[in-house]
Amino acid sequence: MAQEQKQPRKSSETEEATEVATESDVAERKEALDDDIDAILDEIDDVLESNAEDFVKSFIQKGGQ
Amino acid sequence: MSVRRVMGVEVEYGISVQGQPLANPMVASSQVVNAYASATVRARRARWDFEEESPLRDARGFEMSRQAADPAQLTDEDMGLANVILTNGARLYVDHAHPEYSTPEVTSPLDIVKWDKAGEQVMLDAQRRASQLPGGSPIALYKNNTDNKGASYGTHENYLMRRSTPFADIVRHLTPFFVSRQVIVGSGRVGIGQDGREHGFQVSQRADYFEVEVGLETTLKRPIINTRDEPHADPEKYRRLHVIIGDANLSEVSTYLKVGTTALVLSMIEDRFITRELSIDGPVSALRAVSHDPTLRQLITLADGRTLTGIQLQLEYLDLARKFVEDRYGNNADAQTVDVLARWESVLDRLERDPMLCARELDWVAKLKLLEQYRQRDGLEWSDAKLQLIDYQYSDIRPEKGLYHRLLGMGRMERLLDDASITAAMHDPPEDTRAYFRGRCLEKYAENVAAASWDSVIFDLPGRESLQRVPTIDPLRGSRAHVGELLDRSETAEALFSALTRSR
Repeated sequence: MAQEQKQPRKSSETEEATEVATESDVAERKEALDDDIDAILDEIDDVLESNAEDFVKSFIQKGGQ
Repeated sequence: MSVRRVMGVEVEYGISVQGQPLANPMVASSQVVNAYASATVRARRARWDFEEESPLRDARGFEMSRQAADPAQLTDEDMGLANVILTNGARLYVDHAHPEYSTPEVTSPLDIVKWDKAGEQVMLDAQRRASQLPGGSPIALYKNNTDNKGASYGTHENYLMRRSTPFADIVRHLTPFFVSRQVIVGSGRVGIGQDGREHGFQVSQRADYFEVEVGLETTLKRPIINTRDEPHADPEKYRRLHVIIGDANLSEVSTYLKVGTTALVLSMIEDRFITRELSIDGPVSALRAVSHDPTLRQLITLADGRTLTGIQLQLEYLDLARKFVEDRYGNNADAQTVDVLARWESVLDRLERDPMLCARELDWVAKLKLLEQYRQRDGLEWSDAKLQLIDYQYSDIRPEKGLYHRLLGMGRMERLLDDASITAAMHDPPEDTRAYFRGRCLEKYAENVAAASWDSVIFDLPGRESLQRVPTIDPLRGSRAHVGELLDRSETAEALFSALTRSR
């Protein structure tokens, strides 16, 4: 999903130079953001308990106050 | 008249013995507390002094009979469960089936954050030591409030208040504040309903477990306003407001704002400054409805017919608090009061525009952001076990496993304190309350302290037949300013006691 948005698309050859610059700025920021999220999730992936279903099933607490 | 007052928090931690879902949680909790006590408490271990406990006294002016009470309410009976008083003035013990840490008495929101975070480090240390015992299994602790299967356990706040304030005023003005403050200080939860039967995300861990508006219970029929009247101070002058509705927070900013904004509202109630009518029509169902809408657009109907969002209701209290502080202090309010007001306004403004703008500060937003990123990347439905796992694991207190701690490590969460000050607070008491006297006595005269509690230190002195009880009924006496020099120069407990009784 993220991959699709990484390449800025130019609609025509006749675009104003400023518009192109703005569009690619946005695309760069978006790309940086996607990379950033990927980096966070990669690190979280490394520490998440491996079997989510088992873990969730066995997380049982007694009631307290 | 500010964010400053005598207060403290208590947190019951979720506990699991890894690989043994059926392990007895009371035994495991005792192992955690005892492992820490054995490793850190020198000489004899002081008992908890239950003399001043009265969990069945109701702030509305009556006392429940012991026969009518649920056994879980009899918290003043020594069940022989592990219980230790730390040199920082805190209490570490087993409550029901959870290890619990109660901070020492402090006087500011930032000090609450410091000694609450120190409690997390105490628990972390305790869990590691318990896991290393011969035959011990790895134990994991979770700073959260529910297993999403029907069980909930508490994070309580305590605020010392003037006895002269009518309890009805507290109920009237605090209820709408509590129904709405979750939009800031909720910790977020995957699952809707007490047993999580519906899939989805909600703002608060605790909202679904509250069933009545006012009451004495804390383990069943939980009330928005709890009436336990056990002041641990002169009952003629003070009450202790026991707040059971908050979530356990990992984020320092969440804890800071939870306590700071609540302290301000209590000051306004004591000074009869709130003249606006903000009562809610059906606060229990409003509490849940607000929690169930993470877009924060849910409307709350007031008794006078107006409808407001949770954010708008908070803005009403913020507006009152700004006027109150301006009226009482002009431009001379203390720095923390000014800071709490500024942060309160800032988060409400951003929550109104886009809650995600608060992801570095607020637990529920940080958790939701992470969950949404996973949903987007992996195409997960809210029913997916992985999202439930992320909810639990956000609150794992181990820095290498806990997702809050991983976000913190990646520089994604704002901090108010540094590690060194939190580590110091594992051992050192606050200096401006009676916790200073309690903590220093346990540190310096451990072999002569037979028991202690919020309101006393009991000495067993050589050559004296009976135990000697030093009452500490005033939370603001026993501070460093009062007894620091005396403690410094008293080489023995006997010398301290003689000096104290001479000066009376």
